[in-house]
Amino acid sequence: MEFISPTTLDEAYRALTGDEARCLAGGQSLVAMMNLGLVSPSRLVSLRKIESLRGITPRPGGSVRIGAMTTHAELAALDVPNAAVTLLASAARVVAYPAVRMQGTLGGSIAHADPAADYPVALTAAEAEIEIGSRYGTRTVPVCGFFRGMFETTLQQGEIVIAIVLPPAAPGVGAAYEKLSIVAGDFAIASVAAMVGNTANIAIGGCGPKPLFAAGIGVTEDALSAAGKRLAEECDPPSDQRASEGYRRKIIPTLVRRAVRKAQTGIKAPQ
Amino acid sequence: MNNVFPIRITVNGETHEVRASPSATLLEVLREKIGLTGTKHGCNHGVCGACTVLIGDKLARSCLALAADIGERKVTTVEGIAAGRELSAVQRALIESGAIQCGFCTPGFVIALTHLFAHNPRPDRETIRAALSGNLCRCSGYVKIVGAAERLAEARP
Repeated sequence: MEFISPTTLDEAYRALTGDEARCLAGGQSLVAMMNLGLVSPSRLVSLRKIESLRGITPRPGGSVRIGAMTTHAELAALDVPNAAVTLLASAARVVAYPAVRMQGTLGGSIAHADPAADYPVALTAAEAEIEIGSRYGTRTVPVCGFFRGMFETTLQQGEIVIAIVLPPAAPGVGAAYEKLSIVAGDFAIASVAAMVGNTANIAIGGCGPKPLFAAGIGVTEDALSAAGKRLAEECDPPSDQRASEGYRRKIIPTLVRRAVRKAQTGIKAPQ
Repeated sequence: MNNVFPIRITVNGETHEVRASPSATLLEVLREKIGLTGTKHGCNHGVCGACTVLIGDKLARSCLALAADIGERKVTTVEGIAAGRELSAVQRALIESGAIQCGFCTPGFVIALTHLFAHNPRPDRETIRAALSGNLCRCSGYVKIVGAAERLAEARP
């Protein structure tokens, strides 16, 4: 195996030629898979020294651009009056354990696309965009077009996730992330991310190959209950060592309700 | 076959030149090339916390860090926590509370608590429990470990 540690994106793009070349971000999934013998890249391209992949930048118009190499711990510490940022930060706080949060990165996690991971759900509800770079230029895809299936994304060979863009703050919108796991730090049995104003936008994680998204859900008890039941039917949960398919379907309405009610407590009163 | 290449790495203030595969983890290099066996090889995929070290001032699973990717960042292992023969306050607190059973998980707990107390001299119980959430003790001796940390926090001015 070859190991390359470029300092610019252009060098990284050039180094990513060849089928078995992989990017190394924080390593918290990739190195675990290498240790287990599940992957054996012929070339690793470390993104650690590329400064342009770091930093959190407010942009004109109010959107927020977050560099792909931002760690979970850095995201967890964010306190910005924007519900989409709040949602991402809430998800970051429950990713794995402290040591993993200090090394693991946003870009690495979404490129890995574990269906039970926290960011895919949060980014789906937040309607984020993903910036992807390659030697041929940069493209931006909405998050719903980024995740394709279990451990599958729209990324092509030679492409790198370079940033995530969160939409501008909307007045009167709150957010919450509800995760059910067996122990703190484990992957979710199921999780729900909610962005709530007059209606709720909801994403469900851990219950199918990619997050399930539903927009414009009413927030009365009856509407939430009906939406919870409908989502529990629409999703495609696995049965695995964490929980059965039936259990996952059963808890979704409860998690949906909790997420929405919690999000409403975070809505700022109009000035 | 993996090729072997030179890696320069600074551990506990000492710089080492080793030859290792680019896929070698920091854990492997610490234990097998540098001879620092305090850091334990547990699950080898980031779940148990027995291999926890500091990379710079951040906690890290040494089994999930590639030695080749450490670069200029300084590594601190459990062997680098004491000042010479003088144990650190965290180490003394664990011993005084009897917070050690088989001892296999202890180096990881020492590192996690050292990081916690460096950033928060008087953590409360919930903060301590959250800080230790990534370290497994298969003797299940958590009560005494959390108790040791609480007593250390109470003893701080």
